Amino acid sequence: MKIDLLDVEEVSKTLYIRALKVLPPDIKRGFDELVRSETNPTGQAVLQTMIKNITVAEDTDNLLCQDTGIPIYNVTIGREIEYDGYGLKQAIRAGCARATREYPLRSSVVHTLTRANEHTSCGQGIPVIHIDFSDESEKLVIEMIPKGSGSENNSWLKMALPSEGINAIKSFVIDCVLEAGGKTCPPTIVGVGIGGTADLCVHLAKQAATRALGTHADDAQVAQLESALSAAVNQLGVGAQGLGGDSTAFAVHVESAATHITMNPVAVNMQCHSARRATATFTPAGVHYGF
Amino acid sequence: MAHYNLTLPVTEQMVRMLRINDTVTLNGILFGIRDATQIHMFDRGRTTRFDMSGAACIHTAPNVRKVDKSVAHPAGYAPVCVGTTTSARMERFTRPLMSQYGVRILIGKGGLLEESRAAFQELGGAYLAIVGGTAALETTWIEAIVDVDLDDLNPESLWKFRVRDFGPLLVAMDSHGASLYDAVKQTGIEARQRVLAELGVKTDAR
Repeated sequence: MKIDLLDVEEVSKTLYIRALKVLPPDIKRGFDELVRSETNPTGQAVLQTMIKNITVAEDTDNLLCQDTGIPIYNVTIGREIEYDGYGLKQAIRAGCARATREYPLRSSVVHTLTRANEHTSCGQGIPVIHIDFSDESEKLVIEMIPKGSGSENNSWLKMALPSEGINAIKSFVIDCVLEAGGKTCPPTIVGVGIGGTADLCVHLAKQAATRALGTHADDAQVAQLESALSAAVNQLGVGAQGLGGDSTAFAVHVESAATHITMNPVAVNMQCHSARRATATFTPAGVHYGF
Repeated sequence: MAHYNLTLPVTEQMVRMLRINDTVTLNGILFGIRDATQIHMFDRGRTTRFDMSGAACIHTAPNVRKVDKSVAHPAGYAPVCVGTTTSARMERFTRPLMSQYGVRILIGKGGLLEESRAAFQELGGAYLAIVGGTAALETTWIEAIVDVDLDDLNPESLWKFRVRDFGPLLVAMDSHGASLYDAVKQTGIEARQRVLAELGVKTDAR
């Protein structure tokens, strides 16, 4: 199957706007679960406002949050896909810029030193585009994530020691959640990366933070760690918006990789409650949008 | 826990009535400020033509659409999606906003810190927490963008909104030295050791 780059541009534009407007069903279910367990009246009121906002955004066809974020596109390419890789990245970038100008969206992207804003949501190295490959045949998936800065600003890496073991990971996650407080727009998905190199570890944390709620790590021991940390962080009393209560996080997700004999890296990256993402799947039958 | 309907601008006396856990709904003129706005105002010597005495400022940088100037859109901008950003990054600007411009209310998410708490107490101000990430709802409370200054910083311009029934907002820091965030932080410090023990991690008390 050959991929038409004009389609990629159009889809990349649509995905950005779509992601900003409609929250995935797993996140909506996450809210329902938190509402059932929240015992703090302020926390309950905050959650109800968030749920109301989801409805208002859909009813008024508006963006859920003002933060259009840093645009991230994750592309997964099947084995029988014929494509121009360089052109694909150019097309995604063009679609991202068009979404920003044509909707119009607030461009949240600036040059790091001059702070100049091109008003395209693009800049050097932005949008972030990750390319990976799957074992499927005629299928290409583009996932779009507008990553909000309130949560992204709460990102940490610790190169712990092998002798500190899993306890270093556990205490680091707890301390990051406390340090973040309300700044991350909780309830969050706490993304944790363990292992790898420093950069891979942070990337794993991002993958964990943007994974759908209700999914679990493939490794059984890692999944057990997710479950223990998920229960633990909601006992810290941070609560929705950092105003107290039980709803600090929807979940803690952990993604792992092997690491060096001398290393024990752990990274935390957080996803705010506006856990936005959208996907488009290209198959011979056409383009199908989802989450 | 009282609820107040306040029309902006406010007096010191009105702000000093507010106590943490009270709720407030605002009407009138609301200013929008952000990182770059305040960096330029307080680090780079720029000034604004706006009178901000007794004003409320919200930590924001909205999505807007450029339109022809009209009665409905006097600044040539229509609001698309107006929300709130994390306040803590702008902590050091609370005092100069209050002392140099007479601002009395800051609206944001995630809370402000010790220096702001002292400024609120000393100069008569309050921090009202909005629910971050609920911009679609917040936009329905914005009647118009009535003016804009420092617009070369767009979207981090100094925005002048007219708002209607903006809220309810939660008084999270008041002029009497109280802060809901301090209480939550203390709870977290107390819970830390117990939570880590349940995870099988031995710790020294901090």
